[in-house]
Amino acid sequence: MNKGFMRVIFTVLIGLWSVTLLSDTEGVFDQYREMLGDDNPAIFVIFDGEEIWYAPAGPKSVSLEQCDLGLGPGVVEGAYAQLPRYFPDVDRVQDVEARLEYCMTQLQGLTTEQVRGKPYSLRGDLGTELEALVAWIADQSSGLAIAPGQAHAKERATYALGENLFYYRAGPHDFSCATCHEQTGRRIRLQALPNLTTHPGAAEAYSSWPAYRISQGIVRTMGWRMRDCMRQQRMPELIMGSQASVALQTYLAVNGAGASMAAPGLKR
Amino acid sequence: MASRMRIRAQLKDDYCEVKALMRHPMETGMRKDQSGAAIPANFIEDVQVLHNDAVVVQAYWGAAVSANPFLGVRFKGGAPGDVVKVVWRDNRGDSGSGETTIR
Repeated sequence: MNKGFMRVIFTVLIGLWSVTLLSDTEGVFDQYREMLGDDNPAIFVIFDGEEIWYAPAGPKSVSLEQCDLGLGPGVVEGAYAQLPRYFPDVDRVQDVEARLEYCMTQLQGLTTEQVRGKPYSLRGDLGTELEALVAWIADQSSGLAIAPGQAHAKERATYALGENLFYYRAGPHDFSCATCHEQTGRRIRLQALPNLTTHPGAAEAYSSWPAYRISQGIVRTMGWRMRDCMRQQRMPELIMGSQASVALQTYLAVNGAGASMAAPGLKR
Repeated sequence: MASRMRIRAQLKDDYCEVKALMRHPMETGMRKDQSGAAIPANFIEDVQVLHNDAVVVQAYWGAAVSANPFLGVRFKGGAPGDVVKVVWRDNRGDSGSGETTIR
């Protein structure tokens, strides 16, 4: 038989196989989500977060109840959906993690080093206080529209900075976020890659973080997602609540604005 | 904290569907932490589902079950208002339980 012809047939078959593989994997995972229903293990972490919020802590032994997440001191419901936003008291744009750091240092008397020491869980950990707090705060915005601030000049500047960072190629692999996330319908291994430059892609991604990662047994925050993407690009470590972290999240939140928050999500 | 459980029991057609989400790290004993030290094994070994104090499901689990395991089982003979209880015991001797009524 003609070798060229066979090669074409083979290529087509491989192509079909990989397409089926992708849809099958996504289908199986949807089944898994359906089976669990409302039983996202993040529920336990949400309870923890609520307890931590109301528990006195730090050298000043006060709770976070007077923490202003943007809607006034102590108002948690709906706050996450409107972050990142500009805060006049610090004269900059903050995400939930930067804001919690501010509250923990200002209200509770902790040092920045203490708050930033270990924001995210390492292997074998059962979750950090920051992860629990963010899970609870995000849950208090579940079902509400993503509406990050864009009225203030600094909020718009933060979006522009985030966009620049998103396309900024660097590191030993000459990677940018856009390398993986500016095309539609692509995947890495078996995970579908969202196109974060479009509204549907950014909305789906932003609305589902923080999320319970089944493979890790831990709730991960959007700040962790940003940091881990940077790690995968072999970039320098992204610091929680930093200008770069906030800018990237602002870029995603604004691109996904209007969609309903559905966090904590459930992920691979 | 370790004994927390989310449990629901619902009557469907001629069976009762029980869904239980347990909080447990389910450490296999094979993992190492960031410093290279082994993380000790800690997993659920024994799970029972009780319907009005009668055991309807007995399961033997091991290290292959995921963290925060989710158990879904069905049994016949439940009626609304009956008590359904899920009890687990792990390799360290810790135990946990959750209770609900069939609706």
